[in-house]
Amino acid sequence: MIQLIVLLPLLAAAIAGLGNKALGKLPAKILTTGALFISCALSWPIFISFLTGSAEAHVTPLFTWIQSGSFDAQWALRVDAMTAVMLVVITSVSSLVHLYSWGYMDEEPDQPRFFAYLSLFTFAMLMLVTANNLLQMFFGWEGVGLASYLLIGFWFRKPSANAAAIKAFVVNRVGDLGFMMGIFGTYLVFNTISIPEILEMAPSMTGSTIGFLGHRFDTMTVLCLLLFVGAMGKSAQLGLHTWLPDAMEGPTPVSALIHAATMVTAGVFMVCRLSPMFETSATALTVVTYVGAATCLFAATVGTVQTDIKRVIAYSTCSQLGYMFFAAGVGAYGAAMFHLFTHAFFKALLFLGAGSVIHAMHHEQDMRCYGALRKEIPITFWTMTLGTLAITGVGLPLVGVGFAGFYSKDGILEAAYAAGGAGTGAFLVGIFAALLTSFYSWRLVFLTFFGKARWAASEHIQHALHDAHGHDDHHDDHAHDDHHHAPVTGTGGYHPHESPWVMLVPLIVLSLGAVFAGFLFHDQFIGAEGGIEFWKGALSFDSHLMHAAHEVPTWVKFAPFTVMLTGLLIAWLAYIKNTDWPQRFVATFTGLYTFLLNKWYFDELYNVLFVKPAFAIGRFFWKFGDVGFIDRFGPNGLAALVVQGNKVTRRLQSGYLYTYALVMLIGLAAAATWAMTR
Amino acid sequence: MDGFPILSLMMAVPMAGAIACLFVGANSARWIALIATLVDFVLGMALWANFDQSGGGAQWQFQEYAPIFGKFAWALGIDGIALMLIALTVFLMPICIGASWNAIEKRVGEYMAAFLFMEVLMIGVFTAQDLYLFYIMFEAGLIPMYLIIGIWGGADRIYASYKFFLYTLFGSVLMLIAMMWMVHEAGTTEIPVLMAYNFDPHVQTWLFLAFFASFAVKMPMWPVHTWLPDAHVQAPTAGSVILAGVLLKMGGYGFIRFSLPMFPEASAQLAPLVWGLSMVAVVYTSLVALVQSDMKKLIAYSSVAHMAIVTVGLFAFNQAGIEGAMMVMLGHGLVAGALFLCVGVIYDRLHTREIARYGGLSINMPRYAMLFLFFTMASVGLPGTSNFVGEFLALMGIYQASTWVALVCTTGIILGAAYMLYLYRRICYGEQVNADAAAMPDLSGREIWLLAPIAAVVLWMGVYPESFLKPMRPDILALEARLAPAAPAGDSKIKMGAPKPAGEAHEEAHHEEAPAHGEAH
Repeated sequence: MIQLIVLLPLLAAAIAGLGNKALGKLPAKILTTGALFISCALSWPIFISFLTGSAEAHVTPLFTWIQSGSFDAQWALRVDAMTAVMLVVITSVSSLVHLYSWGYMDEEPDQPRFFAYLSLFTFAMLMLVTANNLLQMFFGWEGVGLASYLLIGFWFRKPSANAAAIKAFVVNRVGDLGFMMGIFGTYLVFNTISIPEILEMAPSMTGSTIGFLGHRFDTMTVLCLLLFVGAMGKSAQLGLHTWLPDAMEGPTPVSALIHAATMVTAGVFMVCRLSPMFETSATALTVVTYVGAATCLFAATVGTVQTDIKRVIAYSTCSQLGYMFFAAGVGAYGAAMFHLFTHAFFKALLFLGAGSVIHAMHHEQDMRCYGALRKEIPITFWTMTLGTLAITGVGLPLVGVGFAGFYSKDGILEAAYAAGGAGTGAFLVGIFAALLTSFYSWRLVFLTFFGKARWAASEHIQHALHDAHGHDDHHDDHAHDDHHHAPVTGTGGYHPHESPWVMLVPLIVLSLGAVFAGFLFHDQFIGAEGGIEFWKGALSFDSHLMHAAHEVPTWVKFAPFTVMLTGLLIAWLAYIKNTDWPQRFVATFTGLYTFLLNKWYFDELYNVLFVKPAFAIGRFFWKFGDVGFIDRFGPNGLAALVVQGNKVTRRLQSGYLYTYALVMLIGLAAAATWAMTR
Repeated sequence: MDGFPILSLMMAVPMAGAIACLFVGANSARWIALIATLVDFVLGMALWANFDQSGGGAQWQFQEYAPIFGKFAWALGIDGIALMLIALTVFLMPICIGASWNAIEKRVGEYMAAFLFMEVLMIGVFTAQDLYLFYIMFEAGLIPMYLIIGIWGGADRIYASYKFFLYTLFGSVLMLIAMMWMVHEAGTTEIPVLMAYNFDPHVQTWLFLAFFASFAVKMPMWPVHTWLPDAHVQAPTAGSVILAGVLLKMGGYGFIRFSLPMFPEASAQLAPLVWGLSMVAVVYTSLVALVQSDMKKLIAYSSVAHMAIVTVGLFAFNQAGIEGAMMVMLGHGLVAGALFLCVGVIYDRLHTREIARYGGLSINMPRYAMLFLFFTMASVGLPGTSNFVGEFLALMGIYQASTWVALVCTTGIILGAAYMLYLYRRICYGEQVNADAAAMPDLSGREIWLLAPIAAVVLWMGVYPESFLKPMRPDILALEARLAPAAPAGDSKIKMGAPKPAGEAHEEAHHEEAPAHGEAH
């Protein structure tokens, strides 16, 4: 059955991709979407069997991949509790995204290609989560990277989309460098790359040291940190995060599936999958905690000032991934996986909701051109509100009932507090980031759905209106000017339409997840006793830590709740009550605002440090190394010498050179022989 | 098939075809060449099918021996390594003929004859068991390639062919002298005997350097690589395919057949030199590839970077490294060949190699864009394609010898992605800015038949490389055993912590300090 789940999407992708236009839009869509729904229908029973405790971890071998001495990488599909969780996340979100794309991509002429890529992605992601060895995980890892590259650059005519696609691939490759080195090192130490065998042997290596780059380090720390670099790349952690916001160039369903729910969580999955290995290195775990916390804070701060609706959600994703990582860093792997699980639903919901708004607003993505949309697109509004309630973690602390994020995010914060050490810092950062999360999430809702309509300010809307009314270009210029000089309010005569049912059904289904996923599953994922029974050793589940997390002081339990309300209040004050506050903030704190708006200047820094020098050095090596030095003193110099020596000028003809070269070389050879036999 | 001289037959068929091509018209020459290469392909597959892969049989199979004069003999025979390289050769040859079908218009007969003659020589190189026979095949291989570039090449073909010849000849003279000395010393010209002969370690260094001069140029290794971009740029498409696909592999084959087994101590002693040059090559040529505006130059530079992975794999002195190096050679032969074919497809339409003259080809050439993307990804080393298997094993092998070398060479996966995707973007993505490029038709049936088989094999090698690794395994294990006494110790030496569990510290046995890999450059 697991073979079907994994391979059906591949088959559908191959047929739709190779058939492409010959196959036609509708067959391609039915095929891929149908395959995904079958995979999804087969995945839920597996998950439920793990929930009820009736299933055991098992491995389905397929065939040999790479063998070299003791190195043995098999194609095999592993199913355990962690895989089961990922299976339902991937197949559910993917099938819904496939369905949603029927509506969202309806005007697109190139649909078979799009659906083939989506299904290919799903296949690669499934291979990643069913991997029983590090190399198959790396196969899935790179496969999702490929699909991500293809889908970000799906609109390949747009230069910005192409740039974003390359950036995503190359930045991810920086992480992959770490991952590959990690695999090399792991094989060297354990003589195997089978995950269960590594995890079993890892504790015995505690305290050992290994040579790496000419120095000696703690063995497990080196291995874990190398692998973690891979996780940082895929999961867009601080330093290697720059590709994620740009990835929003891809179609919105792609952002929901790949850059929110599934692919970007692969790093978290990897750390959790290898948790017994990370447990052997306190240093590595501390690094994971700090990186996670730093990302969580960084992304949340940037998210507060972005105006593009998708970028706000992208930074939000980045920030939430930071939560997952510091949960893993403090040893609460169950909580990390739980947040991964709930986040998949509510973040996919938010992205698809944003897509629905963009669809209604004729491709406008700037929230400054939204406003007052709640009456126009009510289902989108309500489902997105549920998503926002979930991400901000609305719930009643003492009663213990709330939306999905309430269970998972608060679970992480409590575990971090309970863990102490680096966890305390992470807890404080996490609380502050929760404040920012609440602020930017509600800011998004208020700017989009409340206040006055500012649609006339949008070029896209102007285009739509002009196309409809047949106005001439002159008005376009006028509208363009308006956009840059003065804020324009009013509807401009535009009428947004609610999206078709194929887009609304996924929103409604996902909002069920956003509401109930936490309530239904928290005991299995993070319950001190339930967790042991559910995970069954699929990850390193620390029951004591989870106990301690449930026993934290009341103020700790109330802290997320308080900051959530505070964030909501500030957003309400700034974007509904006193709409001049944002401008006044910008005027007062121009420096801070610019710093945040420019995303802490990471892109500029990397451009100066890496991109420009790479081209400059490449040009230098080419012009001065190859042409100016090697050629000049090598073959050309030799030719010039020979030619001059024989006083035969301008006779650079091959026929002569044969002889000359030969004479010259025989002389050299004779010299060498003499030197050798002396 | 015992006793049947299949290897000689595989050389006789293209030889007969080559002679026939000289005397017939253009169209007949094309068909003769195609049929001859296809017959050779079938023979090659028969060879593979009858090759004893169990490892229990003899290392050298299909041996033939006919004395010519003195010690010099027509001695042929193959092991698994040679078998795989022969398979690569006979697979690529019909594709090369197909790629030249319409592109070559003048002196077709001579052109086809040159190609067929080259096939004879390439098979000769991989099958020769006599030192001098190998030398003749190895050096004579230059001549048809020299002619192909010099006669059917681009505008600057004379300079390129001269440079190609000069570079490669330089090394070969030194190699010949070394060979003469070896024959004198060991008293035999038989390669299998020489592979087990223990030369004095002091002399080994000189012999190694003499062979190195030849193989490093053929490879090509930095800094003797500058002939390759010029040769590729000027060569006709099929010339580039065979150059990248097979001729570059002769350097690697030389290392694996001569340098490593015949001079193990010298190889180990000079390994840091090879590592250093390879590290420089990976970074240097990748960065140079990034700034190229000529498609063929870009791919040529990328070949240098890929070949550097081969050399580090070979000089890792372990099974994974050597198997990886062989897989990179096979994979690169296919993928670089296919990339040159992809360049040829659009060159045939627009007659320019300037990247900027293209753009947006995904719109008017979707099939082409798909195949080109596939080979781009294979070149980048995406898992599931042939190149990944090789690169991964080679880098894993070198990691066991030196973590520094592994780190620097692994940056190739980042740089490789950068220059290949940048190339793909400029050719296939974006708007159609050039009207003539936008009017180009998609792949013809012939062109699909050239590229699709390569794609299938690349995928096969990526998903089930065992088919290709298995025939080579016994020979590589034998080589590893030969190298083992001299192999340098790794720099990873694990030292267990206080509570010492038994049986874990398999690396502890190495007692020497790591070789000074950092000093190599």
